[in-house]
Amino acid sequence: MTDIAAGKQEAHETGLVATISHMRYVLGEDRVTAFASGLFVLIVAAALIGPFIVPYDPLASNTAVALKPPSLSHWFGTDQLGRDVFSRVIVATRLDFFIAIASVALVFLMGGLAGVAAGFFGGWTDRIVGRIADTIMAFPLFVLAMGIVAALGNTVQNIVLATAIVNFPLYARVARAEATVRREAGFVQAARLSGNGEFRILLGHILPNIMPIMIVQMSLTMGYAILNAAGLSFIGLGVRPPMPEWGIMVAEGAAFMVSGEWWIALFPGAALMVAVFCFNLLGDGLRDIVDPQRRT
Amino acid sequence: MLSLVLKRLVLAVPSLIGVVIVTFLLTRALPGDPAAYFAGPAGTKEAIEQIRVKLGLDKPLPVQFVRYVADLSRGDLGTALTTGQPVAADIRTRLPASAELTLIGLILSMSIAVPLGILAATKPGSLIDHTCRVVTTAGVSLPVFFTGLILVYVFYYLLGWAPAPLGRLDIFYSAPPQITGFYLIDSLVAGDREVFVASLKQLILPALTLGIFSLAPIARMTRASMLAVLASDFVRTARASGLAPFTVIVTYAFRNAMLPVVTTLGMVFSFLLGANVLVEKVFAWPGIGSYAVEALIASDFAPVQGFVLTMAIMYVALNLLIDLLYGLIDPRVRLEA
Repeated sequence: MTDIAAGKQEAHETGLVATISHMRYVLGEDRVTAFASGLFVLIVAAALIGPFIVPYDPLASNTAVALKPPSLSHWFGTDQLGRDVFSRVIVATRLDFFIAIASVALVFLMGGLAGVAAGFFGGWTDRIVGRIADTIMAFPLFVLAMGIVAALGNTVQNIVLATAIVNFPLYARVARAEATVRREAGFVQAARLSGNGEFRILLGHILPNIMPIMIVQMSLTMGYAILNAAGLSFIGLGVRPPMPEWGIMVAEGAAFMVSGEWWIALFPGAALMVAVFCFNLLGDGLRDIVDPQRRT
Repeated sequence: MLSLVLKRLVLAVPSLIGVVIVTFLLTRALPGDPAAYFAGPAGTKEAIEQIRVKLGLDKPLPVQFVRYVADLSRGDLGTALTTGQPVAADIRTRLPASAELTLIGLILSMSIAVPLGILAATKPGSLIDHTCRVVTTAGVSLPVFFTGLILVYVFYYLLGWAPAPLGRLDIFYSAPPQITGFYLIDSLVAGDREVFVASLKQLILPALTLGIFSLAPIARMTRASMLAVLASDFVRTARASGLAPFTVIVTYAFRNAMLPVVTTLGMVFSFLLGANVLVEKVFAWPGIGSYAVEALIASDFAPVQGFVLTMAIMYVALNLLIDLLYGLIDPRVRLEA
């Protein structure tokens, strides 16, 4: 008995070591993904400790230094109220990152589970989930998100919810396709024969099997989630001034673009772009690791 | 072909029903009491009650739904509080502005993305292939409102080539007599070169912004599907038969590679119609997107509803059109129907 346990432990360890060495190999080969991982660490760091390391209070206005271009004391310049743009950009990372993570997690819970159930059970479950997904797909996604936030109320939570809802079809479809393939797989038959209930098989056997693909899906949609949320706050939904958030900061700086004060909108916009770029690269890289055949 | 058209039309019906149900549910999901909402902050209790009866909000939900559908079928989308006009009329006058912008944007991006994708696929690993890769990856990461602002800064503030980002036409000019609502076409019909040039100048930056935005998915798809087609047997046979490379690529490969590209157009339209809202806000473009944004800020709900519904119906119609286009390009689809 102990032998078997030890053997299992060893096999597990070599599996883990193999995965890590494979990842190291992939990251070494694929400089782009390595670069994106580095950026990702930076973004997470900014989200976690950003508010404690910024040089100025992101909300404190100081009209004496309003609308100053980037300088040594204000790296990204100051806005119309004299607030430090650099501090605001860094502090905003947390909120934008939170919105992206929360909406992606939420859509995984809704779309991923609904899709797995649809693929596994088929029949009515499949038809209902398919109908819901089709109905959402009948709308231009950003427009639907606008409608949802407008109807449910203008809050950050509703932005998260709206972003999750518009991504629902994407997740449901991927999860459904993967679950359909595995529905009658050997390991599912074996689990069924050993007396597992259908729900147990669904959650304990099918779901863990499609997790790698779902995680790739999540990292691929993170970028879109941030863009969607920033777009909504750009048109004045969700986040309210003076709260620092990239979309709303670009909106505040937009009026100054035509009079030449470029730094107010440029830096938050660039931060947004870098974050989305990083998530997209990382998603592509992860997909290459998990599913090399789908590489384009 | 006719049976195909009919079949597709029937397939679009469930989407339309879904769209109407969702917009109805969104109306009822208003936070708080819709009647109090429509009465405005100064509304008295009696006024609220009056509005509740007038809007039919005292009736059960299914009855309200029937009433909603009946209103829709008469083209009644309610009245905008901010303008005091019927929403349907507002949207009708503003729709051409959005349509002109979106179409020019799409034409711009197609005319760059498709050749770029083809060239990248015919010379994999070349400079143009890498350019294509960079453009497609960067393109999907660019927030569309940010691209617009950068263009404004460079071409208006720095270079002074573009006019101020304030609407469809400089205030010195008056709009051409309305025929299609597209200023470019209307001014040509009226023979007014000056207005044509002026409206083109206003249009070019927002259209370019939309174009850059939709460039990435189209170029990416063109490249991928061209690569797949170029590796297939019939292309090899065509090459072995000694056809000119141009004939092989354009007549043989491109026609087959078009199919996935046309399918992607559906998704591109979904993004474009959404991006339209943001671009209209940046360039103060008087289309239905900025109409909805203004209404959103004023908490005026009827225009937002009308806007969401109009956009969704347009999107369903566009998808229908794409399906039909698919049948035109690929004879096999026609046979199946």
